[in-house]
Amino acid sequence: MVPITTLHYLVVAAALFILGVIGVLTRRNVVIILMSIELILNAVNLNLVAFSRIWGLHGQVFAIFVITDAAAEAAVGLGILIAFFRNKETVNVDEVDLLKW
Amino acid sequence: MAPVATTFFFYLQAGIAVVSGILVITRRNPVHSALALILGLLAQAGLYLMLYAPFVAGVQIILYAGGIMVLFLFVIMLVNLERAKKEEQFNKQWLVGTAAAAALGFLFVTVYLKGNALWPQSIPQPVESSNTQEVGTLLYGQYMFAFEIASLLLLVAIIGAVVMAKKRI
Amino acid sequence: MLDYITSYLSSNVTPGQAGNWFWATVYVFVVFGGVAVVVLSMNWLERKALAHFQVRLGPMRVGPHGLMQPFADAIKLLTKEDIIPDQADKFVFWIAPLIILCAAFTVYIVIPFGPTHAITDLNIGILFMLGVSSLSVLGIVMAGWASNSHYPLIGSLRSSAQMVSYEVAMGLAVVSAILMTSLNASGTGTLSMIGIVQAQQEQHIWYVFKFFPLGLMAMVIFAIAMVAETNRAPFDLPEAESELTAGFHTEYSGLRWSLFMLGEYAAMGAVSSIAVTLWLGGWLRPFPNFLKGSFFDLVFSLFPGFTFLALAGFCFLGVVRMPKHPTFRIQTIGLAGFGAMLGLIGLVLFVTPVRVRVQDIYWFLAKVAGFMYLYIWYRATFPRYRFDQLMKVGWKVLLPAALAVLIVTAIVGVLF
Repeated sequence: MVPITTLHYLVVAAALFILGVIGVLTRRNVVIILMSIELILNAVNLNLVAFSRIWGLHGQVFAIFVITDAAAEAAVGLGILIAFFRNKETVNVDEVDLLKW
Repeated sequence: MAPVATTFFFYLQAGIAVVSGILVITRRNPVHSALALILGLLAQAGLYLMLYAPFVAGVQIILYAGGIMVLFLFVIMLVNLERAKKEEQFNKQWLVGTAAAAALGFLFVTVYLKGNALWPQSIPQPVESSNTQEVGTLLYGQYMFAFEIASLLLLVAIIGAVVMAKKRI
Repeated sequence: MLDYITSYLSSNVTPGQAGNWFWATVYVFVVFGGVAVVVLSMNWLERKALAHFQVRLGPMRVGPHGLMQPFADAIKLLTKEDIIPDQADKFVFWIAPLIILCAAFTVYIVIPFGPTHAITDLNIGILFMLGVSSLSVLGIVMAGWASNSHYPLIGSLRSSAQMVSYEVAMGLAVVSAILMTSLNASGTGTLSMIGIVQAQQEQHIWYVFKFFPLGLMAMVIFAIAMVAETNRAPFDLPEAESELTAGFHTEYSGLRWSLFMLGEYAAMGAVSSIAVTLWLGGWLRPFPNFLKGSFFDLVFSLFPGFTFLALAGFCFLGVVRMPKHPTFRIQTIGLAGFGAMLGLIGLVLFVTPVRVRVQDIYWFLAKVAGFMYLYIWYRATFPRYRFDQLMKVGWKVLLPAALAVLIVTAIVGVLF
């Protein structure tokens, strides 16, 4: 079999990234959109760590920072979700159209 | 022993990660999506181990699978999603969105095919036993400023989340 | 194939490090069998010890002095009807106890029973253990949610909030112990479990006594946090029978409930093993430096055999005090047989080749057994915390204390 090179990991990361983008663009449920964003961040992390094998440990340090920031962003996003759900009783982003013409 | 096992485990974990990604974006029930995402995160930790990054794998399991996903499950439980499960799951522009994502995928494929010659094919085998020490040295040495900023960011996020989710400020 | 099997026997690393999957599987089966035995005996010991604390006798009927009670419980739970609530999410309902069980058992992969007696030795061992034991929170959240009922939902929310809060204090206490491993000549610490015990061996001190009282405070913080982490008394508000009608495992019956119990005892053993490895010197015998020399090595190596002989002695004492009534004949014979078996194991442990190899495992298990007995003692002694008191203790008392211990340990470590 073909030995596993960096390109294999990049392809997996790209697939996860595309799946995350599809999730963000096509789903109505806010929680699933937030989880798709986590998928995107994970794909980026995989990319960083795959390259850090060749070019030094800076990629892994950056990946740790990305995980930390993903935690912060998930916390704030879910806080917004709770506040919004309390106001409008729905979790669909289609129905967030109070300011629409 | 090593070469066959490496390929097998890579395809297994990559397959689990991609399948769980598909499950995340297609499930009707958000709890099932969250469970699929947890499985994907654990498979990704395995991929990090194969890339000789044990510290990042450990951080991924502790923070992502054991912290962020618990937060997600908490909020899913607190928010009543019974009515949302019976509604239409995909929005009106799903076709355009999927086409845009496919175009992005095309772009990635083109970049990888053309840029395949750019990075070195022979990979230096890093020493795995001192990975944590070296990451720690980098984190507290060269990236100290970013580290402190990240801690400040977490503090701001905690305060923001508490304020947003409170009933009366 | 035979070469593959015997090639490991001459090496001095764990099977995981040697890459020998056959012996790794054998070790896995041995460890899991050991955990099953520990869970059964903890079940019996808890009921007997609680009863004796409360001046009563506990189970006495099922076997001699209730020794067959765990088996009777297991048979009862296996034959009970498996009830799933009507609107419950069947997949999540099924998988929740499995997640708790898998998370609790996976931790045993890196536990060091001796310098080479572990299934494997990851160089991020302690990080792996903390991470995997935090995955059991997910199982509890899912168990409460999938039951589709109010009390389990509230119970699981409370339980997971409690576990997440005490994980932070636990992690900080662990960090202060890891900090002490780096106070050696090369200035490099280690996260691997075997490396931590070897660091204690090189620094000639158990970390509970190092920089007294800092090591002791760190261990006490970890001991309190680990009791809260495993949802045991006095922090068992989410799952006690008189509160919230048994909390997150209310709707589980029969075998599924026994999986929860199995996971809880396994998690208790796992966190006790972490505490023993980090602070109490793992597999090192007491006084390795104060009482050194081959004479004391010999004396301490006789301890396993004498322990089993003492247990056999207690069994024979029970035999002597059994009532001399025909209905008790079979119990007397059973107890005498059990005592004879323990005595035989004790005698086998005196034989020199066995005695040499069993040393590390015995001391490790003896210390873990001490911690497990402490769990039962806490349950008998302390009243239950109310939930707001529980969260207050977790965030406002243990977390600042753990941070303070960490900072002072770091300062003292740099200065001395």
